[in-house]
Amino acid sequence: MFRSHVLVCGGTGCTSSGSVKIIEALQEEIKKNGLEKEVSVVQTGCHGLCALGPIMIVYPDACFYSMVKEEDVSEIVSEHLLKGRPVQRLLYTETVTEDGIKSLNETDFYKKQHRIALRNCGVINPENIEEYIGTDGYSALGKVLTEYTPDDVIQTLLDSGLRGRGGGGFPTGLKWKLAKGNDADQKYVCCNADEGDPGAFMDRSVLEGDPHVVLEAMAIAGYAIGASQGYIYIRAEYPIAVERLQIAIDQAREYGMLGDNIFGTGFNFDIGLRLGAGAFVCGEETALMTSIEGNRGEPRPRPPFPAQKGLFGKPTILNNVETYANIPQIILNGAQWFSSMGTEKSKGTKVFALGGKIKNTGLVEIPMGTTLRDVVEEIGGGIPNGKKFKAAQTGGPSGGCIPEQHYDIPIDYDNLISIGSMMGSGGLIVMDEDNCMVDIAKFFLEFTVDESCGKCTPCRIGTKRLYEILDKITKGQGTLEDLDKLEELCYYIKDNSLCGLGQTAPNPVLSTLKYFRNEYVAHVVDKKCPSGVCKALLSYVIDADKCKGCTLCARVCPNGAIEGKVKEAHVIHQNKCIKCGACMEKCRFGAISKQ
Amino acid sequence: MSSQKKTVPFNGSKEQEAELLKVINAHKHDKGALMPVLQEAQEIYGYLPIEVQTIISNEMDIPLEKVYGVATFYSQFSLNPKGKYKVSVCLGTACYVKGSGDIFNKISELLKIEGGECTPDGKFSLDACRCIGACGLAPVLTINSDVYGRLTVDDVKDIIAKYE
Repeated sequence: MFRSHVLVCGGTGCTSSGSVKIIEALQEEIKKNGLEKEVSVVQTGCHGLCALGPIMIVYPDACFYSMVKEEDVSEIVSEHLLKGRPVQRLLYTETVTEDGIKSLNETDFYKKQHRIALRNCGVINPENIEEYIGTDGYSALGKVLTEYTPDDVIQTLLDSGLRGRGGGGFPTGLKWKLAKGNDADQKYVCCNADEGDPGAFMDRSVLEGDPHVVLEAMAIAGYAIGASQGYIYIRAEYPIAVERLQIAIDQAREYGMLGDNIFGTGFNFDIGLRLGAGAFVCGEETALMTSIEGNRGEPRPRPPFPAQKGLFGKPTILNNVETYANIPQIILNGAQWFSSMGTEKSKGTKVFALGGKIKNTGLVEIPMGTTLRDVVEEIGGGIPNGKKFKAAQTGGPSGGCIPEQHYDIPIDYDNLISIGSMMGSGGLIVMDEDNCMVDIAKFFLEFTVDESCGKCTPCRIGTKRLYEILDKITKGQGTLEDLDKLEELCYYIKDNSLCGLGQTAPNPVLSTLKYFRNEYVAHVVDKKCPSGVCKALLSYVIDADKCKGCTLCARVCPNGAIEGKVKEAHVIHQNKCIKCGACMEKCRFGAISKQ
Repeated sequence: MSSQKKTVPFNGSKEQEAELLKVINAHKHDKGALMPVLQEAQEIYGYLPIEVQTIISNEMDIPLEKVYGVATFYSQFSLNPKGKYKVSVCLGTACYVKGSGDIFNKISELLKIEGGECTPDGKFSLDACRCIGACGLAPVLTINSDVYGRLTVDDVKDIIAKYE
């Protein structure tokens, strides 16, 4: 028995800011102070509040230390662990109140969250199967194998209303039912861990923080549809997740949770890992399967659907990581428990990755139906530096930008689609007044042009043409007809592309055209970028009244575009200016501005 | 693409080839083994020149055009050698809205190479990468396995200087 547990986040965010060194230093200090038998150090998965990493929580008092540095460790050990006095200066400020230290669950960031998929993330050691078993792990699989028929499992999922968390929102139970209904000598259960949406990292966090939950749910799926083999297709860009998954698979085999005759019931199921190699299109289900087969990851036309003819031509189900992470809890707590959360057509919770111009960047899990305003302002802590909210982007390159007029919309699958965006895998990127919406649309199109697999023409050539028109507009060479052309082309690509990538690629353009048409018009008619992002449309000018003639700007200008005598107002020659902004950065009198 | 890369001759060793053959043998009976083999081959050689693809094609009895097709489809496979220090700037959305585009341009200017290229001395290569999932630290860049986060354009020079 230990009298204290120190949990240190070992997710990618905190690891990148040095948590591994902190753990080493912690173990060394604990040894130095002779506390090895009293204090245990646990490396956990992500706690969600990545903005404040590296994160450390000391139990039993649940003190939440944020932005811990290696140098702080000896103080934490000697003051807190040895003498029982929390180190005030390192505590997360929101947990410090006049009456003492508040629990983490009472802070704005955690208060409105409800954690199902992220239940164990940041709580258990993901590299130890016994800690997972200690939190009801594998008991859902046991329950299913000993008490449920495959049809019972599927009925429970249908009743729960669980929909796919990877983007499409297809009812999970229905997917399983279709696959079960097809007879074959071999079926497959696949997990989509090819989290390609830039800015989304919930699947990675589940795999890093609680890998066994995915294995357990896949085994349950195997039982339900009659499959004995599973594959997890995971991005190679997630080395920590890959490593922990492999450890989890090895341990599960050793403990008899995977392999032959699981729980002595005669049910066999095993899982293999397949690494992706950096192709966004492989997040699309048919492309993912083609890639596991060892080919170029190009999508196939549907039908036949994977439930009929999927991997290696056999009936296959494919679900995403977060979907799987919900399943064991649904089995244990019942369909009704799950369907009591959320909105009419979207049940349960959804994990969002908050990023961009927001104070609390990180992972949050909220009940469906929470408003965008609550997520950004309360949980996310609002926009930093006193800037104004302009838009939130959801759904990655397939989604759209949600403007302020829809700030109070309850977030669920159908509401997001009705306003021209989509849930996607759950990236939520906040943009403020300094972000140009035409530039953002161009950014996403550059992404899809790059990632289009090239198999079908509307996507391959259409997205390229969209990009070229957007590029022209950001350079101030666009016309009003270009805006109409953009829109027409968008609908053409949506209607004619083969797979989800092409069908949704125009969404960023359509939603920005719809809600921020004035910005497009400003680029086209006034030849101005209102947010000051598009370089070709900017000019830097010196306010003669504020300029003291210190000559600093003239000295830093790399192109000799600034002229002026000492103690006299300087001037920027626009024909020579390359718009690097160095002068504005260096001016101590705020005399230079972008226009 | 720049011509310098094409002049780098293939100089794989006997040991590397033996290692590759071992990998191929281990995967020979797996379904869909080409991807894992290419991934491990890239680990061994650092890249996938046509010579390596030819060995894989012959040993696995897969047409060279298919091996080449797969190797060129995925962005992680590289037909050109990378620098000793691989600089990747994340251009995922979260990093982009926080200015990683400017950081990428600054490095490109400092190293005098474009994305996908390698400096003539073989020291640095520069790539734009998709989200690495460290969005809490945006904007982010990585040099080999070192991660640098919460960057500003001014930080870049000192970071590169550490490796020079």
